[in-house]
Amino acid sequence: MSYLFDTNEGARYLMMGNDAIVRGALEANVNVASAYPGTPSSEIIENLSKASQKRNIYVEWSVNEKVALEVSFAASIAGLRSICAMKQNGVNVASDFLLHVALSGTRGGAVLLHCDDPGALSSINEGESRHFARMIELPLLEPGDFQEAKEMTKWAFELSEELRSIVIMRSVTRLSHASGNVILGKLGAPEGKAQFKYEAVPGDADSGPVITMPVPPHHALLQEKLKKAVAIFEKSPFNTYTGPAKPELLIITCSACNLYSREAVHLLNAQDRVGILKIGTTWPLPPKLIARHLAMTEKVLFVEEVLPFLEENVKVIAAETAAEVGIKQFYGKNDGAMPTINEMNPDIVVDVIKKILGIEYIAMDEGYANRAKGHLIARAPVRDLTFCPGCPHRASFWNLHNALAMDNRRGFVCGDIGCYTLGFLPCGFSTMKTSHSMGSGIGIASGFGKLTQFGMDQPILAVCGDSTFFHAAIPALVNAIHNKSDVIFVLLDNSGTAMTGFQPHPGTPLDARGGALPTIDPAEVCRSLGATVEYADPFDTEETQKKLLALMREKGARVLIMKQMCALSPEKKGKKRFEVKVDQQICRGDTCGCSRLCTRIFRCPGLVWDNKRQAAVIDEVICAGCGVCAEICPSGAIKKTEAGR
Amino acid sequence: MKAGNLIHDPYNAIITGVGGQGNVMASRILGNILSRKGCFVTIGETFGVSQRGGSVMSHLRISKQSVWSPQIPRGQAHIVVALEPTEAIRVLAAYGNPAVRVLSNTRPIHPVGVIAGELAYPSLDEIRTALGDLASDVALIDATDEAMKLGQAILGNVIMLGAVSGAGVLPFDAEDFRDVISETMSGDKVEINMKAFSKGEEMIRALRQK
Repeated sequence: MSYLFDTNEGARYLMMGNDAIVRGALEANVNVASAYPGTPSSEIIENLSKASQKRNIYVEWSVNEKVALEVSFAASIAGLRSICAMKQNGVNVASDFLLHVALSGTRGGAVLLHCDDPGALSSINEGESRHFARMIELPLLEPGDFQEAKEMTKWAFELSEELRSIVIMRSVTRLSHASGNVILGKLGAPEGKAQFKYEAVPGDADSGPVITMPVPPHHALLQEKLKKAVAIFEKSPFNTYTGPAKPELLIITCSACNLYSREAVHLLNAQDRVGILKIGTTWPLPPKLIARHLAMTEKVLFVEEVLPFLEENVKVIAAETAAEVGIKQFYGKNDGAMPTINEMNPDIVVDVIKKILGIEYIAMDEGYANRAKGHLIARAPVRDLTFCPGCPHRASFWNLHNALAMDNRRGFVCGDIGCYTLGFLPCGFSTMKTSHSMGSGIGIASGFGKLTQFGMDQPILAVCGDSTFFHAAIPALVNAIHNKSDVIFVLLDNSGTAMTGFQPHPGTPLDARGGALPTIDPAEVCRSLGATVEYADPFDTEETQKKLLALMREKGARVLIMKQMCALSPEKKGKKRFEVKVDQQICRGDTCGCSRLCTRIFRCPGLVWDNKRQAAVIDEVICAGCGVCAEICPSGAIKKTEAGR
Repeated sequence: MKAGNLIHDPYNAIITGVGGQGNVMASRILGNILSRKGCFVTIGETFGVSQRGGSVMSHLRISKQSVWSPQIPRGQAHIVVALEPTEAIRVLAAYGNPAVRVLSNTRPIHPVGVIAGELAYPSLDEIRTALGDLASDVALIDATDEAMKLGQAILGNVIMLGAVSGAGVLPFDAEDFRDVISETMSGDKVEINMKAFSKGEEMIRALRQK
């Protein structure tokens, strides 16, 4: 039985943090769920969509995070419960609307669930979205383990209804993408009726129009809600203390760092010397609870990711209650005891506790560590990121790189977030020269294209993926075309939101639940804006490069759609189009004069160098059969034949 | 169905490999097996951008007491299961100790730096020597080669799970494996996976008898 439908209260499952969040939302009888995909948050909507038919939930992959939040909000003010999920940078995208939602208030329980990615394990930034809670004045919850991820999600809906405010809940990669045991709670029958009531006077919380004006009274009301939240948080069971009554050291922690702190105290066998105050309600902080625990000790250590959010907010309380709790010695990020970048782990916590309390602990014997390091350096070659075997992006960047080289005017490519971000690395022939937020490649290119009056004469290209096109590239493309910026926009269309697991987008024909939807054709959108649009198959390298070269000689708004499905897409995965072989009679290896173009430059993981034979060879386990390498070998030694399926 | 006693509590296992080898799937199956037998299981996974040619590592914490951190502390692994042999060396440098056991597939996946000729890939003998220097017990098996004989290279991960079972370090067997995969896989898929699992058990036992 799937955890999605199991009505057996008390049943125990091994669940990913994201699954625990899903179950919590189901136990809260969520009605509407919306999101834009982003690692590590994507499984939340994916798995809710599996329950959507049976539990009458409307689930949507929205065009971007701001619209996703607007969709969720509509459900809330129609009296339903809704959840909106996103990764950390999604909160930036949604933040303008969020600012206004804080002022207008909500009706049915509304939860914004964001998954931060400390250490940027699958991000190109280390943004921390907790600060939005303080900046926009909204309650913030952070679960400290897997069970809590479920309980807290359920409670977040109740809290939202009690406060009439959207509630932010923050997860991190090491909870969302980690798994632990979770005991199920009660799953009731689905319920919920939608009606938007607006007959009362503006400002009526239940049945007036939902607006933010006049602003100061609404702002005052928001701050009243936060005061109410503080009173609730003072008694919240999500804030727990474990340890002696008078610890030598008090750790104040939250989120996954709770687990690292527990592990560190256990490793050091310091349970009777160190207490752990785990905070689940991290904004606004409950000052009485904090002061009560500060009074227990003189030494306080903060363990959190990534910036000193908890640390600085606790220090305000410490200053305000200094007369009562006394002077403290603080250890954390501001004094350099803890790092202010990257993710945490048990070892970092062990090291700092060791120093503070003077405990001896050796994690790894020095002799062993040195031997292991020696073997690591000599015998474990670094594994750089690269495009997958058969990835269309490798071929696309090969074409872009070669066309730019042939054009010979120092042209370059601006890009953004997606698998194709790797285009800045050798696997993309170092073709991409800028990479920032979604859609920013074409936005930056639009700016570059207006620098001709300052003597800039380099061809300017921008790339973005098909999902990103809808998410944030369209306004930048409008800007480039309207302002007559001289750029070529290359759409890397691999037919889905590939990086995060093939979620649909407005250009694909299915909704989150597998139902049919009308598609919006990017080519038609571009044409309607006045651009010329051409297509190329990146696997046809000769033709694609010819088209690119010709486009670089033209002026005006030009769009090239490089269309080829992702090698990992469910339709394509495991199906080889070509059987590829290196003809060992023709491949002359280092004596050829090609200087190992195929392996040294093209670098597909499926085409390796056989040291014994000193020649290229296909690794049949890895090769995806795209056949592009056959076009690259100048001697024609790489042979492709239709796989015949 | 109850799990027997654990050799260590928590028992720390690392399953490592390269994106696309089915590492995450293997760790979830093993985690589910042990969770169903009443253990607390915590799994920490690194996936996302790491699918694109990078190392992928899963940390499993198996305990009769409680949930543990999703990251194993330095030097605290009890077993390293490697779907790619040089990944075992990489893991030992951070999580190894003289008592650790290593179970590794022999099939190399060359990093792009090796393909490009910038880095060297060690011979199997060198790998064996390095692992022997860092672990108390090393078993190298040709999991991918055997999986290809079964018709699917990806089954290398299941063969390795079979080898873990055969090594007798964790309380589970082929029937426990069947119970878990039957929940999500169709009948013919279950059978080919069972074959792969048994192959792994068999290979590790044969190695022990040498």
